[in-house]
Amino acid sequence: MIRVVLPAHLRGLARVRGEVELDITGPATQRSVVDAIEARYPMLQGTIRDHVTQKRRPFLRFFACAEDLSHESPDAPLPDAVVSGVEPLLIIGAIAGG
Amino acid sequence: MSGVRVLVGTRKGAFILTSDGKRERWDISGPHFAGWEMYHVKGSPADPKRLYASQCSGWFGQLIQRSNDGGKTWEPVGNKFVYDGVPGTHQWYDGTPHPWEFKRVWHLEPSLNDPDTVYAGVEDAALFRTTDGGQNWEELSGLRKHGSGPHWQPGAGGMCLHTIILDPSNPNRIFIAISAAGAFRSDDAGKTWKPINQGLRSEHIPDPTAEVGHCVHHVAMHGSRPKVLFMQKHWDVMRSDDGGDSWKEVSGNLPTDFGFVIDVHAHEPETIYVVPIKSDSEHFVPDGKLRVYRSRSGGNEWEALTKGLPQSNCYVNVLRDAMAVDSLDKCGVYFGTTGGQVYASADAGDNWSPIVRDLPGVLSVEVQTLP
Repeated sequence: MIRVVLPAHLRGLARVRGEVELDITGPATQRSVVDAIEARYPMLQGTIRDHVTQKRRPFLRFFACAEDLSHESPDAPLPDAVVSGVEPLLIIGAIAGG
Repeated sequence: MSGVRVLVGTRKGAFILTSDGKRERWDISGPHFAGWEMYHVKGSPADPKRLYASQCSGWFGQLIQRSNDGGKTWEPVGNKFVYDGVPGTHQWYDGTPHPWEFKRVWHLEPSLNDPDTVYAGVEDAALFRTTDGGQNWEELSGLRKHGSGPHWQPGAGGMCLHTIILDPSNPNRIFIAISAAGAFRSDDAGKTWKPINQGLRSEHIPDPTAEVGHCVHHVAMHGSRPKVLFMQKHWDVMRSDDGGDSWKEVSGNLPTDFGFVIDVHAHEPETIYVVPIKSDSEHFVPDGKLRVYRSRSGGNEWEALTKGLPQSNCYVNVLRDAMAVDSLDKCGVYFGTTGGQVYASADAGDNWSPIVRDLPGVLSVEVQTLP
């Protein structure tokens, strides 16, 4: 079971409170986690990554275990602590603008 | 008793203002979608309970919301706006080719007779349409693929398709306008398009009378006379009597002919409204006075409407989609400012009062006249 913390605006859009818990079949990667989020919450399609290019939206970042994973391959394995559910995967809106 | 519902999009959420036909006391609901930029909210003429809203954010992109109960509840619908084919390039601010990139939906125009059909004007400029209530969007790519497309260039606010007008007398005729490409017309329901900018003159572009390249800010039409169009261009207020085939200037005695909004009285097709703005480098009303100007002669002769509007120390702007009229008798006129005020006049502009003063900056105002 993988725990994901969504930004507040996306929690509101998906009408969830707190963390999202996902069961991932196959390798746990950024791509498979976002696939699972979009499957469960279709209204989040296009809000985390582009519909067509599948690239992470520029002002969103992926963090876990105090590391910025944003520039890793979307198909790279997530840290063991995330895969085991000890640590959450944090999807964070960059602090930008005013 | 009949009433009105005013749909307000702001930089930080949407608000719905409702009143009875007297338009004196208002209920205010919102913010809906708090914290999101709400570029436009508009109701279906065919089903007043059906509303569509453009919700966007620099972080999370574009969403479209739909309500089936007049804005009490909402559901997100499709947000996949994908250009048809290989998008190609338009011109960037410096004149170099720049890839077409979807950024946001500026304007939603529901069909006049089908609540499930809606047109969307987007940045970078293109026209999309849904026929299933917003679940799926398809580009009407004949517009973007018009031969002039590679020469279009963004205005300061982006290369946005901000105006969509459906001709009530001819379902095949659609008018649109793009900053800073100009106005276009389709006579085959959106398959093919022609620029309709003859008579426009823009001193800031290399060829002031070019076929495209004009920064049209907004266009308005009265449904009873669909060949008569009124335009607020970057500078100049213009009028066409032949469906856009030719334009003439009707700025007349306006204190400045720069501005964004323009609208037409619901019952008097020669009565039009603008809000003059000081200049393209000072986007606020001149002399610290918020004045709506009304012409009862279809332009040229204008009168300032000031009763109830601030006449000192006011430095707000009124953006291009932020004015609307209801169809009650007398005609109600509404506009919202970048300072967060929404003003209403229940007597065609003679007297004004604020419905609400302290919203986030207003991006759009639409009105529904309810039975």
